[in-house]
Amino acid sequence: MDYEKLINCMRCGMCLPHCPTYKETFLETASPRGRVALVRKFQKGDLAASERFLDYLSLCLDCQACASACPCGVNAGELVAEFKCEKKERDGLSFMEELVLRRLLPHPDRLETAASPLKLYQRSGLQKVVRKLGLLKMFPPGLSRMEGLLPELPAQPLRRTLQEVTPAQGEERGTVGFFLGCVMSLVFSEASFATVQLLSAMGYRVITPKAQKCCGAPNMLAADRRGMEEMARFNVELFSSYDLDFIVTDCGGCGAELKKYGHHLGGDGHAAVFSGKVRDISQVLYEGRGLLGEKLKPLPHRVTYHDPCHIAHCQGIRHEPRQLLKMIPGLDYRELADADACCGSAGTYNIERPEMADRVLRRKLDTVLKTGADYLVTSNPGCLLQLKQALAQTEPQVRVIHLTELLQASMNG
Amino acid sequence: MKQSFINDLQKIVGEQFTLSDKESLAVYGYDSTPELESLPGAVVLPGSTEEVSRVVALCHDAGVSVTPRGSGTNLSGGSLSAGGVVLQTSRLNRVVEIDEENLTATVETGVITSALHRDVEGRGLFYPPDPGSMNISTMGGNVAENSGGLRGLKYGVTSDYVMGLTTILPDGVLLKTGGKAVKNVAGYNLNDLLVSSEGTLGVFTEVMVRLIPKPPAKKTMLVHFPELEQAALTVSRIIAARIIPATLEFLDRVTIRCVEDYARVGLPLDVEAVLLIEVDGHPAVVEEDAAAIRAICEKHRCSFFQTAATAEEALKLATARRVALSALARVKPTTILEDATVPRSCIAPMVKLIQETARKYDLTIGTFGHAGDGNLHPTCLTDERDKDEIARAHQAFAEIFDAAIAMGGTITGEHGVGLAKKKYLPKLVGEAGVRVMRNIKESFDPKGILNPGKVF
Repeated sequence: MDYEKLINCMRCGMCLPHCPTYKETFLETASPRGRVALVRKFQKGDLAASERFLDYLSLCLDCQACASACPCGVNAGELVAEFKCEKKERDGLSFMEELVLRRLLPHPDRLETAASPLKLYQRSGLQKVVRKLGLLKMFPPGLSRMEGLLPELPAQPLRRTLQEVTPAQGEERGTVGFFLGCVMSLVFSEASFATVQLLSAMGYRVITPKAQKCCGAPNMLAADRRGMEEMARFNVELFSSYDLDFIVTDCGGCGAELKKYGHHLGGDGHAAVFSGKVRDISQVLYEGRGLLGEKLKPLPHRVTYHDPCHIAHCQGIRHEPRQLLKMIPGLDYRELADADACCGSAGTYNIERPEMADRVLRRKLDTVLKTGADYLVTSNPGCLLQLKQALAQTEPQVRVIHLTELLQASMNG
Repeated sequence: MKQSFINDLQKIVGEQFTLSDKESLAVYGYDSTPELESLPGAVVLPGSTEEVSRVVALCHDAGVSVTPRGSGTNLSGGSLSAGGVVLQTSRLNRVVEIDEENLTATVETGVITSALHRDVEGRGLFYPPDPGSMNISTMGGNVAENSGGLRGLKYGVTSDYVMGLTTILPDGVLLKTGGKAVKNVAGYNLNDLLVSSEGTLGVFTEVMVRLIPKPPAKKTMLVHFPELEQAALTVSRIIAARIIPATLEFLDRVTIRCVEDYARVGLPLDVEAVLLIEVDGHPAVVEEDAAAIRAICEKHRCSFFQTAATAEEALKLATARRVALSALARVKPTTILEDATVPRSCIAPMVKLIQETARKYDLTIGTFGHAGDGNLHPTCLTDERDKDEIARAHQAFAEIFDAAIAMGGTITGEHGVGLAKKKYLPKLVGEAGVRVMRNIKESFDPKGILNPGKVF
């Protein structure tokens, strides 16, 4: 790891009020400043990577709110992730990690096949039976949590139903590549379909290369850098074979990862070009807001917006999604307090650290309810899963949807 | 630290809030002060005044030192402990009462300064002290360090607002001082004695502060000066014209360049000084003051003068000042932020002296700060691994502090003495001053339990 990055922390503490785990615990070990200090002391040989040491680090959500707040440009979340990667490179992957990260994720077909029993489980009524009988209590806690998070899956993943080329409507203004997120395609295919529709309505020819692989973000979560790099190389090569103005994604997590390919694959010039072309859907739509504005019809909803960490903190996008929502006629936009605070989903964090994830989530829900909104808009599948499930249980009147779904609804009138 | 003692701490505050593993101790070994580190023996996070009292009493009986700590943003090493107990006050974070008839707020010691701001401003009230760390600093820490901020010139500092304190004395006994009565001359003014005691006389558990009505209007101005002297003269002339701006902030050339490199806010690189001026109060008065200030700035050959028309524009104008520390901090790994303070009339000679001293010792020092109240932040950009440069930085600051004292100023305007400025204190207050302070410490804390080794 680059020692220079660690030494840049001047311990000013500006990160503390933005760190979800510090806000919950007030513990220095649970703060970005503390995590940087821990890693620094490990590198100096003052501390060993003991189980407790790793436990402290793994409490980090990697939401990177600290990076947004840091005056010195230190990214404690990323440093912790890097540290975990280095350790994993020495220790190797576990059996399950090897299976999921190296054998499943790189192959969308296998991933979709693996998801189909889940669909059967839901459709056959088995899910209802399992839930009714309380059989979940017999599952390991992580698994039962995963089960609870899963909304009803679409009949087909979007990757299977979408054509490779979606023509532009009206005058063609360019060609974009669409990067399908695994979870977006598998679980939120309607939202991603809305994304493609919007792009097409804006005059973009949309190319969705079917062979594309996972962006590699799950690998980084599991500290598997090699697995991420393999997929990154593949995706860069695949998208480079088309002549594209932008590469668009509607998944915050994918966007953040894709924009880092250039950095990850250091010497690869194609990767830098690829990353330079990546845009979050809100950026593309905002750029063409004149045209979009003409197409939007009134929606009478009370709406608030939750900033996904991977959009606000990792990509610095805050203005565009809000402005897009405010463009919808008749819409009552209400700003969320601490809108860019993590919702506790954080990749697989809500499964690995459920107790802390719930505390972080509770804070988010309280602020959402205070707005009185009936629609909570966000644009990252992790947040969608987490917030949908939580609100469906306690506040079913609040609907959680992806930004593009609401925009499409307004466009369709 | 003995396990039996740690067990006793656990019995008071609970296992969850007693830390003694080496990872935890390691990260409580620092605060925001560069270079300084020292390991405590244990850390506790009590949840009530009573728990604080019992922890302090236990330590008193066992002869173990106690160092209070809020969020650990101290800039003089004041919250470091060498082998003792660090008492973190963060869990004491309730707003106890906002009394709109008497205009007071009573908060527990761990309440975050900006949280209090939000709370009272929602009611049309105002708590002016706004230290740079206000988004995380605690009220108890602000009182212990007598924190200042950008609004010091017009509104004063923390001590101007403290009306009452609940303090745990070194033997665990609870002391209440002051109250809601505006006039109170019964005996020694213990409130004022406890403010800026840097954790050496007692541990605050509750703080009562005075509130004032929120000024209804404000206006923000940004001014560039090609000549440093003219900028400094402008500051003096504004005050001489009987105008007291709420904010009168200054950036020097080094800071301007760093800000421009970092944030590209459109500052010209050939100016010597930038002033950020904010006036607040009744709308009509604000208009008049702003016009008068403009005339003064123009008379002193400013090269650019802009007034913000909207709140958004005001924020934009304030960007340069707001990002000053970030911009400087990014240049080099280690940032030594000082707070030498001089009478306002000495701003120009002081800035010149800092620039000359930087040249003499071959250092990069950017200076920004509160020109209106003479509180400057010479900020040395260095690298702690470069021992030679660090040594030169310390020499340079020693000269800067000497100069501040010679000009009738002080070695610290708002960061406190702690460990970092200890050796300079006798130069400023003299032997008699140190003796009186020692005697006060003795009478409060004969066993030397509370935050030993700090201040003198």
